[in-house]
Amino acid sequence: MKKYVAKRVITAIFTLLVILLVLFILMQLMPGSPFNDEKLTADQKAALYAKYGLDQPVVVQFFHYVVNMLRGDFGVSYKISKNTPIAQLIAVRLPVSIAIGGYAVALGALVGLILGLIAALRRDTILDTLCTVISVIGVSVPSYVFALALSFQFGYKWHLFPMLYNTAEALNSSVLPSVSLSMFTMASIARFTRTEMLEVMGSEYMLLAESKGISGGALIFRHALRNALIPIITVLAPLIVDLMTGSLVVEKIFSIPGVGSLLVNAIQSNDYNVVISLSFIYSAMYIAIMLVVDILYGIIDPRIRLAKDDA
Amino acid sequence: MAEYNEKILDIKNLDITFKTIAGPIHAIRGINVDLMKGETVAIVGESGSGKSVTMKAAMGILAQNAVVNSGTIEFTYIGDNGEKETVDILKQSKTWIRKNINGRRISMVFQDPMTSLDPTMNIGKQIMEGMIWHYKTPKQEAYDKAVQLLKEVGIEDAEKRMKNYPHQLSGGMRQRVVIAIALACDPDLLICDEPTTALDVTIQAKILELIKKVQRERGISVIYITHDLGVVAKVADYVNVMYAGKIVETGKINEIYYDPRHPYTWGLLSAMPDLDTDDDRLYTIPGSPPNLIREPAGDAFAMRNRQALVVDDKVDAPMFKITDTHYAATWLLDPRAPKVEMPIELKHRIERMKKEAEDYGSTI
Repeated sequence: MKKYVAKRVITAIFTLLVILLVLFILMQLMPGSPFNDEKLTADQKAALYAKYGLDQPVVVQFFHYVVNMLRGDFGVSYKISKNTPIAQLIAVRLPVSIAIGGYAVALGALVGLILGLIAALRRDTILDTLCTVISVIGVSVPSYVFALALSFQFGYKWHLFPMLYNTAEALNSSVLPSVSLSMFTMASIARFTRTEMLEVMGSEYMLLAESKGISGGALIFRHALRNALIPIITVLAPLIVDLMTGSLVVEKIFSIPGVGSLLVNAIQSNDYNVVISLSFIYSAMYIAIMLVVDILYGIIDPRIRLAKDDA
Repeated sequence: MAEYNEKILDIKNLDITFKTIAGPIHAIRGINVDLMKGETVAIVGESGSGKSVTMKAAMGILAQNAVVNSGTIEFTYIGDNGEKETVDILKQSKTWIRKNINGRRISMVFQDPMTSLDPTMNIGKQIMEGMIWHYKTPKQEAYDKAVQLLKEVGIEDAEKRMKNYPHQLSGGMRQRVVIAIALACDPDLLICDEPTTALDVTIQAKILELIKKVQRERGISVIYITHDLGVVAKVADYVNVMYAGKIVETGKINEIYYDPRHPYTWGLLSAMPDLDTDDDRLYTIPGSPPNLIREPAGDAFAMRNRQALVVDDKVDAPMFKITDTHYAATWLLDPRAPKVEMPIELKHRIERMKKEAEDYGSTI
């Protein structure tokens, strides 16, 4: 297992370098530049290019970038917030997005799992139908509709939670956006859990466990859920990354200072460094989460764990 | 072998219907089976004849859509207070059955060892689980007993194997593990649902030997569910031939093999592969079992039976007594019936089998 993790981490580092290179080339290919202001003369532009090192060949730029990044320097923003180091720009916004996304994932996965379990265990009853209806709504209604509805009901009418994000009471203001973001995850996980549990419960080894006399919670959690969890985690992993990286629309509705809106602004204004840094962080998060998921697989599924040891 | 006089399982007039979207399926149509202590009974029949359903009813693990219309399954055991008790399993709650019957007193070995072990739990835990669950056996004691069980079912390096997961074992070894799991709580009755069907032929014989050995050493009763008359010949004392949810012939092993009376039994025996025959075709019973959504009037086998009588299409035959232990449900045994003999090929074959048995001094 340790060997496997080490191997995966090294692969991840190489993957990240490649991603960085691709991002860099894509940025070069993008039309326009951060200094598109018509008032600037050609000389002034050249001065700006020289100042930020944009006049140098791409290879040199890339080399500088990687070296600086290793020192924790992501460069400065050209446009959005002139000359602010990007690390500083992201440092205030990323935790907000990660926190809200994290709550949403935790909430969605937990509630989804419970709903799916209930639906599977009470198959073909009114509870099952209810869970199915909830998950169909969750999957088909977009998160901003939930966001608006929740904001209206709980924020505007009942004053239970703030309608707009307030850094002073971060937790309280995260509730509504987290709930609205969690709906899709919850619904997908519920549907998936139901299907997987039904399949596992119909299997021979469940019959064998029952014929041993095992019943109740031990039967469900020790035998059924553990086997059902393996495919559920596969579905959950990409959803986690999706939520953690911030949702533009929900961020706008609750005016959350997250990274979703920052990325869109940066793309629109050709703020190269911001775009690359954010894309890079997204990729890093994605790779990290996938690594965690793979390790989790190993813990749950001995077939994978033991195969890895041999590798 | 143990004493034969104590009745351990007595299934009377069992009748089960499955509710399906297509309509009710009358899968078990009034069957009677009994089993004495230490004895081996085989239930033989084609797929879908209701063999497994009967035994799942005795284990309380019937599918949700099964409805028991009538009948009793009386099971006799030594209760916790040391006294003999008899219960009707069908009248007990699921909780009671799980607590008192499953694993503890009746265990089951399933058909396919590739799918009947939990892939995420090591086999040691799977064997220990039942003991800890039923008797709160301390972990170390359960572990020692599990190692002992693995040795008993013929697994080498038992201690090392305890930590193995099912996917690390071969099919034959997995079936041995399944048997070890079944034996973990010292049951009185072992139900083997086609225990060798999914295994290759060389392993089949070994597993049958193992079950026989376990039975001999522990003096437990065994019920075999199988469609393989070859398996039955090796292991059973009594045979019940089942067709379309009914038992059509029942008797001692010799009576069924050497003096079969029901045309369906004739068909089954004729369909056994045989190396010593001039005929290079393998006999098969024409047609397929009836769909029990539309229950046939009269004898369910009539439409596949070349020797069927007119009465077979109208009224189902009762059990006719041949000897004290041998009964068959066919109108051919009625005094008014025309004299119909079993097919001549089968007759020759039986004579050959008898002679072979005498030559080898076998007792089947």
